[in-house]
Amino acid sequence: MTMDQRPHRNPALPPRRPTTPPILRSRFALGLTAAAASGRFALQECLDCGAIQYPPREACHCCLSDRLEWRPRDGAGTLLAVTCVRKPYETYFRERAPWRTGIVRLDCGVSVVAYLHGRCAEPPARVRVRACLDRAGRAVLAALPDKDVTDMTDDPLMREFSNSPKGRHVLVTDGTSEIGQAMAIAAAEAGAETVWVGASERWKAAPGFEALSTIPQVTLLPLDVTDTQSVDTLAGQIGGKVDILFNTAEFHRTHSALSRRGVETARVEMEVNYFGLLRLAQAFGPAMSARAAEVPTNAVAWVNVLSVFALANYPSQGTFSASKAAALSLAQCLRAEFRPAGLRVLNVFPGPVDEAWNQTELPPKIAPRRLAADVVRALEDGLEDLFPDPVARDWYERWRADPKVLELELTA
Amino acid sequence: MTPRRLGYDGVVLAAPVTVPYERFSTRSAHWFLGRAMRALVESSGLEKQAIDGLCVTSMSLAPDTAIGMVEHLGFQPRWLDNVTFGGASGMIALRRAARAVQVGDAEIVACVAGDTNQTDSFRRGTAAFSQFGQDAVYPYGSGGPNASVALLTDNYMRTYGAELADFGRICVAQRANALGNPQALFSKPLTLEQYLKSPLIADPIRLYDCVMPCAGAEAFLVMREETARAEGLPFARLVGAIERHNAFPDDPVQDRGGWIVDREELFAQAGVTPEAVDFVQAYDDYPVIVFLQIEDLGFCGKGEAKDFLAGHDLTTTGSFPINTSGGQLSVGQAGGAGGFLGIVESIRQLTGQTVGTPVPDAKIGLVSGFGMINYDRGLSTGAALLAA
Repeated sequence: MTMDQRPHRNPALPPRRPTTPPILRSRFALGLTAAAASGRFALQECLDCGAIQYPPREACHCCLSDRLEWRPRDGAGTLLAVTCVRKPYETYFRERAPWRTGIVRLDCGVSVVAYLHGRCAEPPARVRVRACLDRAGRAVLAALPDKDVTDMTDDPLMREFSNSPKGRHVLVTDGTSEIGQAMAIAAAEAGAETVWVGASERWKAAPGFEALSTIPQVTLLPLDVTDTQSVDTLAGQIGGKVDILFNTAEFHRTHSALSRRGVETARVEMEVNYFGLLRLAQAFGPAMSARAAEVPTNAVAWVNVLSVFALANYPSQGTFSASKAAALSLAQCLRAEFRPAGLRVLNVFPGPVDEAWNQTELPPKIAPRRLAADVVRALEDGLEDLFPDPVARDWYERWRADPKVLELELTA
Repeated sequence: MTPRRLGYDGVVLAAPVTVPYERFSTRSAHWFLGRAMRALVESSGLEKQAIDGLCVTSMSLAPDTAIGMVEHLGFQPRWLDNVTFGGASGMIALRRAARAVQVGDAEIVACVAGDTNQTDSFRRGTAAFSQFGQDAVYPYGSGGPNASVALLTDNYMRTYGAELADFGRICVAQRANALGNPQALFSKPLTLEQYLKSPLIADPIRLYDCVMPCAGAEAFLVMREETARAEGLPFARLVGAIERHNAFPDDPVQDRGGWIVDREELFAQAGVTPEAVDFVQAYDDYPVIVFLQIEDLGFCGKGEAKDFLAGHDLTTTGSFPINTSGGQLSVGQAGGAGGFLGIVESIRQLTGQTVGTPVPDAKIGLVSGFGMINYDRGLSTGAALLAA
């Protein structure tokens, strides 16, 4: 096992309790967060007169229409005024003060209060505003320099919003699959200090598994998510050190409800895809929550590789879809329970992945390496939901428009 | 278009009272309002029930409002209002009360503002101040009004070339004014050097740019002139009053307030020009806001406040007295009472009842209010001209 090179907490001092920024938002303001969760910056636009609204509201400030719709914006604007808050009121902010904020006049005609990236030029300066999730999982606006600069993501503000694997200890729960291997490699390439990779039955592993051990940061460990004792044993060894958990453990078969008699296969899908997540959450979740404030070496995120079939059942993979829907539901519960600690749950919703069990699926299929790279990027960007490929995005768009219509399309 | 507004002829203000300020208090807002009402009755010599109108301002009275105070304090008014517009409350209460006594809806209206301050109340009040604030300001470092006004100050300095010392001059002069006021929480002189060296709170705002939140109350009576004469009460006349909300919503950053829209009418009502004003009680939650008022009320052009103020002695006996009791910057900000401080001080100055130093031969005073940073700017402005 890799030696822990990071500074240890002084055991004589009380552990730093997690604090988060203010979580309260009006219901009508949550549209900003809903868009930011998957990396989009959207503002309300009046469908009657076209006026852009900010802060979010219930009626148009120009024509009083209530037909306001969240629509993507490019965030281009001019930074007009800056301050540096040195004496905040809330504990979370006090612990991390000072905070640079400013007023940006967006080109679409509204003024926004936003955090400032450290490399923004003095006002008046052109900036790009994007919506990021803060440690409470709520959207806040951040102004970035007009053009990318080097070490863009090393800014302290961006680090606070990001859940980057860089310098962190990560656990990939199953390295026997192509997705798990790709995730372990991507985490190592992104600068993870330690990559623990679990495996239940190594003899069943996809080619490339043994080669993982040639990566310096990687340590292969026994882990069977269907076995509570196995999960608890590993949590006892490394549970107090995991900063990011990638749950890649997955059992994938392609059966519908009627294509096969008996429940055995479906039960294994549930054992791995649903109960596996629950076992991992119970074994690793509390320690990760407790370590969420131990900056800079804190626990930051939990990644679930789900499937876009979790949103609506894909009948040719009907029982698999059901197990992923169950996992999604549990992941939402986990998100609520991790929220007070500021721990991010990133749910990944790929369409068909280019691996053996999707042999008969037609392209496009996302390659495991590509999927893993997108997951790392999503962590760096602080996202909560990732739809990484064209099929996933297509499904997501249809689902958002009308879940019933999507169901009708899928069951045609 | 000629304004068709009725003037404020015959309306007067009397019985200026202050419930001494405390940095923190274990008392509730109800206690401070109760003490203020008692002081009004005692200082005016009126029967309690002669007060038949009540206008209550408090930011810390929840879950009560004015109606709760009526039962709490045992009044049976025939006119009642609840005015919670932060630093504009005093102006708005005064205007509402003036109209009530003019038309006879009430004979004598008590305008009372009181707030308590407990150790965590300012943070709690800030976190839940408004929906826009909760959604779009407080999650950004929770700097509260300090951060919001810091952004306005930064923009003002960049746009008009004002420097910290220009703002400091106001703070220093007001502290000098406060030294004569035993009710001021700050009782030591302040030098410009001390001001410039005070710790940064939210750049460019420093410690002495900020008011100290505290507990206390301010109150006065509004009635017709003949009522005041019959009761033998010294009074100041209301000769003009304006208010405006959400002026200039398209300005990218606030550098002017609604006073500009209405100032002509304010001076026209009184039949005077800014040169006739003997003292100004400006709303001074931060010095930059005083700058906006001096400019927008017509004492000088936009961006010229630094030169205008530098050309004057701002102390009580100086050439342009500002905030003659010390203002909120030196007396303290007792919540909504902060918007009443200038009115109460003006009545004292114009009726010869000063607690501190009198402004020599004061005939006309201007009081101004500003409040409600609902999102990124103060929405409410008001001003009144009072005459001896």
